[in-house]
Parts: sequence; structure tokens; C-alpha cells
Amino acid sequence: MTFLVRLARSQAGASVAATLLALAAVTLVVIAGGYDIGHAATALWNGSVGSPYSFFTGTLLRATPLIIVGLAVAVAFQAGVLNIGAEGQLLAGAATAVAAGLSMAAWPGWISVPVELVAGMAAGAAWAGIAAVLKRRFGVLEVISTLMLNFIALFGVSYLVRGPLQEPTHIYPQTASLAASARLPVIIPGQRLHLGFVTAVVLAIVAWWFIRSTAGGFRIRVVGAGAAAAASAGRVNVDRVVFGAFLASGALAGLGGAVQVTGVTYALFEGISPGYGYTAIAVALLARLNPLAVIVAGIFFGGLEAGGAGMQRDAGVPSGFVSVIEALVVLGVLAVDRARILAGERGQPTTGEQAA
Amino acid sequence: MTDAAFALSLRGVTKQFGSTVALDGAQFDVRAGTLHALLGENGAGKTTLMRLAFGMLRPDAGTIEAGGTARHWRSSADAIAAGIGMVHQHFLLVPAMTVAENVSLGDRGLFRDFDPRVAADRVRRIGAETGLVLDPAARVADLPVGAQQRLEIIKALARDAKILILDEPTAVLSSAESQELYSWLRSFVRRGCTAVLITHKVREALAIADDVTVLRRGRAVLSGRPRELAESAVIAAMIGSAATDEVQLPAAGSTAGVSVISLQHVSMTDGRGVHRLRDVSMEVCAGEIVGIAGVEGSGQHELLRVLAGRLAPDGGGVRLPARIGFVPEDRLRDALIPTMTLVENLALKEAGSARGSVRWTSYEARALGTIRKHDVHTSGVCSLASALSGGNQQKFVLGRELEGSPDALVVENPTRGLDIRATSLVLAELRSARASGVAVAMYSSDLDEVLSIADRMIVCFDGRAKDTPVEADAVARALLGLS
Amino acid sequence: MSGGPFTAFLEAGVRTATPLAYAALGELVVERAGVINIGLEGAIIGGAFGALVFAGAGGVSLGFAGAALAGILVAALFALFVVTLRTDQIITGTAMSMLGLGLTGTLYRTMYGSAGASLHTPTIAPAPVPGLSAIPVIGPALFDQPVVTYALYALVPALAWWFYRSVAGLALRAVGEHPEAARGAGISPDRVQWAALLFGGAMGGIGGGTLVLAQVGTFAEGMSAGRGFIAIAIVVLGRWTPFGVAGAALLFGAASALQTLAQTTGWAISYQLPLAFPYVLTLVLLASARARTAAPAALGQRSA
Repeated sequence: MTFLVRLARSQAGASVAATLLALAAVTLVVIAGGYDIGHAATALWNGSVGSPYSFFTGTLLRATPLIIVGLAVAVAFQAGVLNIGAEGQLLAGAATAVAAGLSMAAWPGWISVPVELVAGMAAGAAWAGIAAVLKRRFGVLEVISTLMLNFIALFGVSYLVRGPLQEPTHIYPQTASLAASARLPVIIPGQRLHLGFVTAVVLAIVAWWFIRSTAGGFRIRVVGAGAAAAASAGRVNVDRVVFGAFLASGALAGLGGAVQVTGVTYALFEGISPGYGYTAIAVALLARLNPLAVIVAGIFFGGLEAGGAGMQRDAGVPSGFVSVIEALVVLGVLAVDRARILAGERGQPTTGEQAA
Repeated sequence: MTDAAFALSLRGVTKQFGSTVALDGAQFDVRAGTLHALLGENGAGKTTLMRLAFGMLRPDAGTIEAGGTARHWRSSADAIAAGIGMVHQHFLLVPAMTVAENVSLGDRGLFRDFDPRVAADRVRRIGAETGLVLDPAARVADLPVGAQQRLEIIKALARDAKILILDEPTAVLSSAESQELYSWLRSFVRRGCTAVLITHKVREALAIADDVTVLRRGRAVLSGRPRELAESAVIAAMIGSAATDEVQLPAAGSTAGVSVISLQHVSMTDGRGVHRLRDVSMEVCAGEIVGIAGVEGSGQHELLRVLAGRLAPDGGGVRLPARIGFVPEDRLRDALIPTMTLVENLALKEAGSARGSVRWTSYEARALGTIRKHDVHTSGVCSLASALSGGNQQKFVLGRELEGSPDALVVENPTRGLDIRATSLVLAELRSARASGVAVAMYSSDLDEVLSIADRMIVCFDGRAKDTPVEADAVARALLGLS
Repeated sequence: MSGGPFTAFLEAGVRTATPLAYAALGELVVERAGVINIGLEGAIIGGAFGALVFAGAGGVSLGFAGAALAGILVAALFALFVVTLRTDQIITGTAMSMLGLGLTGTLYRTMYGSAGASLHTPTIAPAPVPGLSAIPVIGPALFDQPVVTYALYALVPALAWWFYRSVAGLALRAVGEHPEAARGAGISPDRVQWAALLFGGAMGGIGGGTLVLAQVGTFAEGMSAGRGFIAIAIVVLGRWTPFGVAGAALLFGAASALQTLAQTTGWAISYQLPLAFPYVLTLVLLASARARTAAPAALGQRSA
């Protein structure tokens, strides 16, 4: 019993509670909308975990970018950096990876693929770097600068796929397809799940280890949890740590984009990201910024999205419900957190409170 | 003296904040048409008492009377309506707005006109009537501090304040501006209004006030007219007896050793160009406790951080040892991360310099050692720092800073908010640090405490640091800028 | 439509700028009260959907009323979290955008069937102002627009008056600059922020309604297309003043209308360049000291 109580009072408990609340709320709405809730739920289940195909090619495939970009957001938020520019950094990474891959068509895969991924990370870091420099040198609020950079990245992609990177026939607004050697290999025969998923999981474990076991990771945490104490008691160079975390976040988001193009789409086109950069914020929040939990949250959201498509296809329930669930989960976590603090839990809520 | 002649009267007022008793049956009567000075050290309860009078707080016990009738303010709006105005120590002005806009801020009405010309006339009219002249179109951010204070007074007068309370108004003024303020207050009072001046400046208070009340530890200990009171008696009432039963003679054979921290002609200006430290030279030697005293704003905040190596001065030379412990006053913001565990807070100290892996098991063991050695009561090293009581937090911080045998230790108000037991433990720690050869610099706004433990005293006043004998009278005078 | 390509360009610019200006003026009031609402997108798409529903029931005027109402509802939920519960403004705003987009998409399909049935709403046509619309070059652009645009011409100076010449505007600005000082003067920052957010929601909703009722004539999922975020850029570029915001909205509208001009006059520039220009300009402006001093000092602070 005490275990349950402790679980309920923990942060994980809050996430679970919020998720259940969100699902309950949506269930009510679905019923109110006149849909057959049983049919909808079955379709949701089938679409996400009901068959190997739906699990691997539906859920896990969609989870891959959510996990990687979720890590990007989690790292930034841990350091107190409000990076909502993951979308733009992802696009920068995708574009650079494709450009690298197209120029390395003749190279063997074990060279070209890592180069694509590294190029994607570098591009994402550079894109975030613009906002990071603006923050460090000019004190610009990263919320606004990263938002602007998202738009500029969108236009950049639009320009590239209609201009310098457009496919040879110049008919479609997209790049040529990557050569087979430049693609991430599929890891389960018969499915579309690719090596990027493994990369995502490994990366999450590495990030978890880094945050919890290294001095650099500890510095990120203390800067986000109590910058004044970090500077005064820990003699930490707060500006430098924040800058580094910002770039790392951008690199991860860029990697997410690179993985998408090299593992799923094999080409760059407009609309390649259905808002992963924003969904990742929800993923990171649900995971309470813990990299290991990001795996779980990413798979959960991936399952929701895959299930949502199935729900729409089989039960006629609009997949927009999935966005509603995601949004309600975020609101639920925020509300549960604040309620706990306002209900007078022992401790000082305002000093050292993290971004989530 | 009948009650009706009192413009403001507080009787038997008690106010507690958590476990801290700020006011303990205080009594304060202000005769109508007088300038009344409320004296006392930091923490005596002066500001709390006047916040009660202004309706910002409600008393736990006691009565408040204004103009002869008992009052139960629900908020300062009630007090304002009754003709009381307060000028706070930290101004509540909107920097980006003009003088006229700040004055008009409390007016009511959704679509009511704010005509800047009408507002400007209002400001000018008050200026003409009272001599407090300000350019209505000036932006507050551009005004010098003295002018900003004038604006605060004008705001109160614009609401027809007949009783004006000023909280340490001269703390931010130059002596010329202070004189201007004092003569204005006297003319204000001559016109039949009443003023209460919260201050720690004894000499000035005795020179200009009609009545004087001294608060100490939440009670009024002395009250009367300046011409009937001796300055020494007032000072004595403020700081209490110099001898306490906790006085410890310096341990035998503790002649101070080598100089560990050395400041030479250090100066510092803050971001707004205000001089915080002027030509400060001092040493802290091994095996001694240097006591530092100073009224808020005298420069001790910056001095402590320069000594601790957390702030770099603009001019002058600083010689610091490799390992310096620092226990700042605001422990929840500057020393601890409340949402992290004690183990993590211990590791925090090395966060800036650590490289590679963090060996948590080692930190756990060290944290365990720290809490045992320094009597920190907690359910375990994995409890959050926020779960500890203030006293235990402080003991933990002190233990962390002393761990690793620092060459020097700088502490700022180390016993603030602690109960008697925790206080004596902390002081004992400082003494034992001294005994083991650490160079200790300690600031406390509680003079009794710092006098009981210090080997030498340095008093900050107006950005300068002065060696002072370890003796209550001398220190009290130095605090007030008297030679 | 008389006039050459430049007039057409200007007319398109004003038309595109109208919904942006509504949303941005609403966000201006909100930010002047110290709150960043990146969930404005939810209010806009909510307003678009509300316009669809209500116009179908009772015509264009009811449609606009419904749009404003929908925007208010979205903003009220945001205010409940951000002002009353004091949750993080950025995360809550992101959730609000997601919620608005998801909910409107869902409701649209539920109420009107699957994609394929494109609904038409009544729309309002441009109403040329006699005389003024005949002014060469700019006349048709400025004065041959739907009534919603004309309402803006009155709204902008009215807001400017209200900000700087009314007691309530003064109070709102004080809350955004220094909530403690406002509280000291007897103003309740919470109440002011609630009111500002509701107004901002209504304006965002009307902006969305304009998209449906004065431009496209139908609803499509996600048709707000990031305008909520653009509105935030407009407020920054406009340096947090009503006339500045109106001008910046026009700049963003003109940037997208530049495509038309480029095509008709045969410029060889890629259209992404002018589209990106206002965003780059915003970034440059943010870096300059002048922009920083123009922002309300307490913008985005969690507690008042």
C-alpha cells in the first residue's frame, strides 16, 4: 500500500494521473460525439499495439523522432532553456543530412550514413546556436528567437526543395531520393522500423547516464534548478553551461530530423515534420525531463498517433482526438503539479523550480 | 495626554511570522502634529510595526487606533482612506512611466480619462503647496534616488495623507538630500500634519524629532522627548547591554596567524554607478574571527562576497586562498537547491570544478558524515533540502563549507531565523573553526552576537571599512557614522 | 479592380494583414499586462471554427460573435492555468495551441462529416467607401475592403488612446511593468491579466473569423497556419505599441502579398525571401538594445 502511496505522490504518479484524467476526459467527449467508444477503443488499440505491423511500423516508427526530439527538449529544459525551436533545428538537420547524403551517393553506407547523422547534428546545433548567441550576448528571450527561427527554417526548406536541392525533373517540390546505401537499414524484416529507433533508445540511455553520472550533466541540472546557488555555492559558470546545453539540445533535434530523412522519408519535402518539435515538448513534460522516461513517453505518444490513424480509418473517429489527448495530458501534468504545490507540500516552490 | 491627541496609537501589539516573534506587546503612541522618530537596530520590529499601522499586515494581538477610533484595517486601501500614507524603503514605482502617471496609478474607472495635463497640474499643485517639486513628464527611471523618494511622498500626499510614515528614508540619500528631507518634514508637521520617521540614525533623529521611541526585540524600551534624553541612553536602549552571559573570552594562545585573505584599496561600483566599496583595505588572518557590522546598504554585502571570492572588485588588489567556504544569508537561494537532496547539495559545492564521473556513493558517504558531525536532524541524506528546518539547513550548509578544511570561511548572518539551540551550535562551530586555524569573517546584524565572538571588529559605513574596538559603544557609534 | 499591380499588391497586403492585426492587437494588450500567450493559435483556429458554426446558424454577424466567443473560451482556459494556477506560460501556451487545433479538427469532422464535403459560409464582400476608394493607387487598397478591416482603422487609434490616456490603460501597463507597484496602488494584477487575456482571446477569435467570413468562405483543419505565432513576432516588431503593431502586421501581410507582385512583374527572386524577411527583421530588432527596453519589464514573469 505504501508503495502505491509513494508512487501516487511522486512525479511519475502525477504523470500517470494526468494521463488517466486526459483519457477519461476524451472518452467522455468521444461518447458525447455519438461514437461507439468500444469500437473506437478497439481501433485505437489495434492501430497501436494490436499487431506486429502496427507496433513496429506504426507505434515505434512514430516514436523514434519523438524520443530523439523529446530528449532535445528535455536537456534544454533541464538547464532552464526554453527551447521551443526544436522544430526548426530538426528541419535544419534534415536538410543538411539530405544534402550530405545526396552528395555521398557513391560512398558505402557505413561512411555515408554516419556522416549524414553527424551533419544533421551539426546543423541543428548551429541553428540553435543562433538563438543561443542572441541570448548570451544580447539577452534575447529564447522563446521568441527560437520561434522566429522555426519559421525561417520552414522557408529555408521550401526554398531548398524548389531550388538548389530539387529533384532532377524539377516537377515536384522535393529532393531526389537518397540512394539505398545512404539510408538507415531496416532492423526488422517485413517492417519499416529502422536503425534510428535503436539509436534513439541508445541515445536516451546515454543522455540519462550523462545527466545523472557526469559532472557536466550535474552542472546542467543545478543551473536549471537553482542558478543562483550554482553560481554562488558551486562556482559554476552558468552562462557557459546554459550555452552548451542549448547547443546540445539543437544537435539532438537536428539528429531527429536527420534520422527521419534517412530512415523514413528518404527525401526532403515541405511538411516533413507534422509538428514533432512541438509534440516533443509534451513528450518531455510527461517524462518529467527524465531521459529514460522519454523513451516511455515517446512510445506512448507514438502509439497514440498510430492508434489515432487506425481509429479514424476503422471507427471513423477523427484523429484530431489524439492531439486533444496530448494537450490534455500536458495540461493535466501542469495542473497536478501546481495543485500539489498549492496544497502546501513542505518546501519552497518558487526557488529552484524547473521549467517543467 | 488624552487619547484624542494621539494621531496614531498602537497598544500591546504582537505579531509572529512562523516561529519568529517580530513584535511582542509593543506600544507606540504618536501625538498629533509631531514628528516622531522610531529608532531601533535591524530586526527590532520597526518596519513590521508600521506595516501594521498601514494595514499591510494584521496584528495577532493588540489594538490600533487612528484619530482616537479603533481600526481594523483589511488592507492598506483602508489605511489610505483614513489619511495614512507610507513611503517604503524599497520604492514601489514603475520605472518606465512618468511622474504624473505614477501619481495617477491608483485612480479608478475603466474608461475614465487620464489626461496628462490634469495629472501634471496635480503634481505641480502639490509641489507648490508642499515644496516637493518634480517635473511631471520626467521618467522615473531617469530620476535620481532622492527625486524618486520625493515622488513616493507626493503619491502619498496626492491621496490626502495627513499621517506620513517614512521607512529609513535617508538610507539612500546623500547628506545634503537628507537635510532637505528633514527640513521639509518639519514644515509638513508645522502645518498640523503628523509624521513617523523610522530610522537607525540616532543623532539625526534626536536633532529633528519632537518625540522618540526606541524598539528592541519587538518591544518599546524607551520613549520620550529628545531634550529629556541623553544620546548615550538612547544608544544603550537600542543595542541592549553589551555584556551577555554568552560572552566567551578568546581561547588562550589564539594570537592570529598569517594573513589568509588580504584586500588592498578595494573599490567597487554597482551596475548603476553607485559606489559600494571605497578604498577598503583589510586582512583576515588564520585562527581569528573578524566580525563585520554595518547597516543595510553600507557595503557589507559586497565586501563579504569579495572576501569569499564570489565578486571581483573594480579596483584594488585581492589575495585569496585556494579554499574558501561561504555561507550566505539567503540560503534557499544562494547556498542550497531546495528541490534537490542533501547528497546533491553536498555535491553542489564542487559542481563548478568537478570533471568526469560523479561518484555518488562517495558523496553519499560524505553527506552522511556531514550530517552526523554537525548534528543535522533529517530523515536521511536523500531527503530534499526543503524538508529540513531552517536550523538544520544552516548546520548542513556550514558543515558542507567546513568540509575539506578550507583556509577561510565567510559567513553572513549565520544565525538568522534560527532558534536558540541551533544558534549556539552554529556559533560553537565557528569557534572550533577558529581554533583549528581557519580564517573566519563573520557578518551579523545582531551586534550582541558578533561582539561576543569576534576577535576584531570592522564596521562598514558608506562603503568604507573601519577597524573598531570590540566594544559595544564604539561599534554602535561607528555604525551610525559617528567617530 | 482598378489600378495597376502595385495597387493589387497593396490591397492583398492589407487583406492578408487584417486577421494578423486582430490577433496581434489582442496579443499586444495581453503582453502589456505581462503575459506571453503562445496559445493564441488556439484562439484563432477556435474563432475560425466558431465562425463556421455560428454563421451557418445565423449569418455573418452571428458568425463574428461566435468567433469572438470561441476565442474567449480558449483564452479563459489559458488564463485559468496561467493566472490563477500560475503554471508555466510557455508550456501551457503550447498545450493550448495543440488543444485548439486538435479540438477544432475533431469537432469539424464530427459535425460536418469527413473531408470532402467543403462547406461554404456566407461571407462579407468588400464595401468600397465612396470617394475615398477612388484615390489613385492607395484608394482601392485601403478603402475597398470588408468592414472588418475598417473596424481596425478605428480600433488602432482607440487602443492607443486607451493605453496612454485612460486610467485603466495606465493600470494595465503598470501590471506589465511592475506588478508590485501596481498592487501597492490598489490594483489587482490577477484581475487585470484575466481581463487582458479574455480580450486577447476575443481578438484572436475575430481574426480567425475574418479568415473564414471575409476571405476563404470555408473552414479547413489547421487553417490558422501559425498566425498565432506570427502575431507574437508582430508585437515584437511593432515594439509593443498599437500603431507599431498595425504597421508590423501590414509588413507581414505585404511580405506574403509580395509573391503576387513578384509574379506579375516578373521578378526573379524566390518568394521565400520576402516571406522570411519580417522574421529576420524581428530577430535583428530583438538583438538591438532598443527592442529590449521597449518590452514590458515584467513580461513572462510567473508571479505578481
